[in-house]
Amino acid sequence: MNNPDRSAVVLAESRNATRKMLAEFWFYFSQNRGAVAGLFVFIVLVIVALAAPLVAPHDPDVQYRDFFLTPPVWQEGGNSMFLLGTDAVGRDMLSRLIFGARFSLFIGLVVVGIALTGGIVIGVVAGYFRGWVDTVIMRVMDVILAFPSLLLALVLVAVLGPGLMNAMIAIAIVLQPHFVRLTRAAVLTERTRDYVVAARLAGAGNTRLMFKTILPNCLAPLIVQGTLSFSNAILDAAALGFLGMGAQPPTPEWGTMLAEAREFILRAWWVVTFPGLAILITVLAINLVGDGLRDALDPKLKRS
Amino acid sequence: MALLEIRNLRVEFDTAAGPFRALDGVDYTVEGGEVLAIVGESGSGKSVAMLAVMGLLPESATVSADLMAFEGIDLRTMPAAERRKVIGKDIAMIFQEPIASLNPCFTIGFQLDEVLKAHTSLSRKARKDRVIELLESVGIPDPLRRVSAFPHQMSGGQCQRVMIAIATACEPKLLIADEPTTALDVTIQKQILDLLTDMQRDTGMGLIMITHDMGVVAETADRVVVQYKGKQMETADVLTLFENPSHPYTKALLSALPENATGDRLPTVADYEAMMQADVREVQP
Repeated sequence: MNNPDRSAVVLAESRNATRKMLAEFWFYFSQNRGAVAGLFVFIVLVIVALAAPLVAPHDPDVQYRDFFLTPPVWQEGGNSMFLLGTDAVGRDMLSRLIFGARFSLFIGLVVVGIALTGGIVIGVVAGYFRGWVDTVIMRVMDVILAFPSLLLALVLVAVLGPGLMNAMIAIAIVLQPHFVRLTRAAVLTERTRDYVVAARLAGAGNTRLMFKTILPNCLAPLIVQGTLSFSNAILDAAALGFLGMGAQPPTPEWGTMLAEAREFILRAWWVVTFPGLAILITVLAINLVGDGLRDALDPKLKRS
Repeated sequence: MALLEIRNLRVEFDTAAGPFRALDGVDYTVEGGEVLAIVGESGSGKSVAMLAVMGLLPESATVSADLMAFEGIDLRTMPAAERRKVIGKDIAMIFQEPIASLNPCFTIGFQLDEVLKAHTSLSRKARKDRVIELLESVGIPDPLRRVSAFPHQMSGGQCQRVMIAIATACEPKLLIADEPTTALDVTIQKQILDLLTDMQRDTGMGLIMITHDMGVVAETADRVVVQYKGKQMETADVLTLFENPSHPYTKALLSALPENATGDRLPTVADYEAMMQADVREVQP
């Protein structure tokens, strides 16, 4: 057998193996009906968010002065121009919700990105080096965990100044300790395994051992925690927005929309109900996906 | 000059109950192309000695020795970075649990390639061919397909073969096998031992075989070190050891083999404790 032939076979085999792994992943994931439904909803949300300017019937910030608090189209007094009605200053609810999806997904992504990266690095360092490094890091994390999360986020925003960016940073800091603990626990169980010793024996240095040898084996719980934190981040951001510390009006962020609509709760149910529903559906969908991921990634739950 | 020469190796662990001496003044000498077996029961310090040589003991251990030289270079004074270059390339090691010794996240081909990448200057393509070659040489069937297999898709025996391939990838001068067959069933044990001794004979490397199985010793070793409770009992070549053991502990160990048993009860080492104490008293003036 000559060489080009060989590498072709090797290449085809490795591609085949990757495909098999994906197929196996999908098999376990798709056994959980809720997860598939959640994934579907989530994909629709992502598409809507990406294509917001094309999908939305109106500009989210335009105020139609003749249509304050118009009810949804199916209710008496509804207008077919505004499918889900308008808010107190005549802005189309549907368009604002569609643009709001952008903010929510963006918040989730950024917050989980920051918290995951920081949490993984700190957690791996703590779990790998142990000793005083571990003690210092974990005690700091314990202190952060001891605060009620929303209160801590509020304090941080108060220090940094209100705004969406600062709110995201605050939420990321609040969520971080969970990732640190999870990573550290996973690293602690992995670091004494034989394959780590074998890698050290083969000449691997600390950085390589930490991030290339050990970390990939700790990823499954982190991915699950990441998706669940995604929804948590959206909820916290909405809560901060509702308290006036997150995104500032007129940003069509769902929590901020809720805050603006508070005073009309009794005479115009739609201004509060729809942003609330949007948050609920998004968070539920992501949580369902997270559960499905756990089924697919956690080897302990696998029945093979 | 000996390949590996260790004089008066002591290892102490800090425990809650004060220092615990795991190894007390043991000597090892391995020549190139020689198979040295270290035998002893659990806790006799077989593995600790080799981990000490490799610098893999935890922080709580204090290692001291009069001499600890590999090819005449002292391992104790060597800087960590240089030591890492020697260990892994010139000294390799395989462990007891083959499946646990491979990283479950990566394919075996990737893990073999990693070692080659770290210790050789071969090109990507050359490394690929070498990986296949190595898998072939340790007797993995259909290596072209097996390179992209994950450790959990292989049996224990095959994983141990892969471990041997990884250990011998850089053609080490010394291979340390820490109970390489304990976790495998008997037929596979035989195959792995044959593979190890064949490779040792073909490449002329030194081989240290840590084991508690006298059968393994008889089959593979040139020279034997018998250890008990962190002390060296006896060093002899295989034939002398089996035919004419000089230390009572070795005699005890040998008579505890099922095939040597006489009568209806298998003798244990404890039966010979009294005999050994008598022996110690005799030595002390």
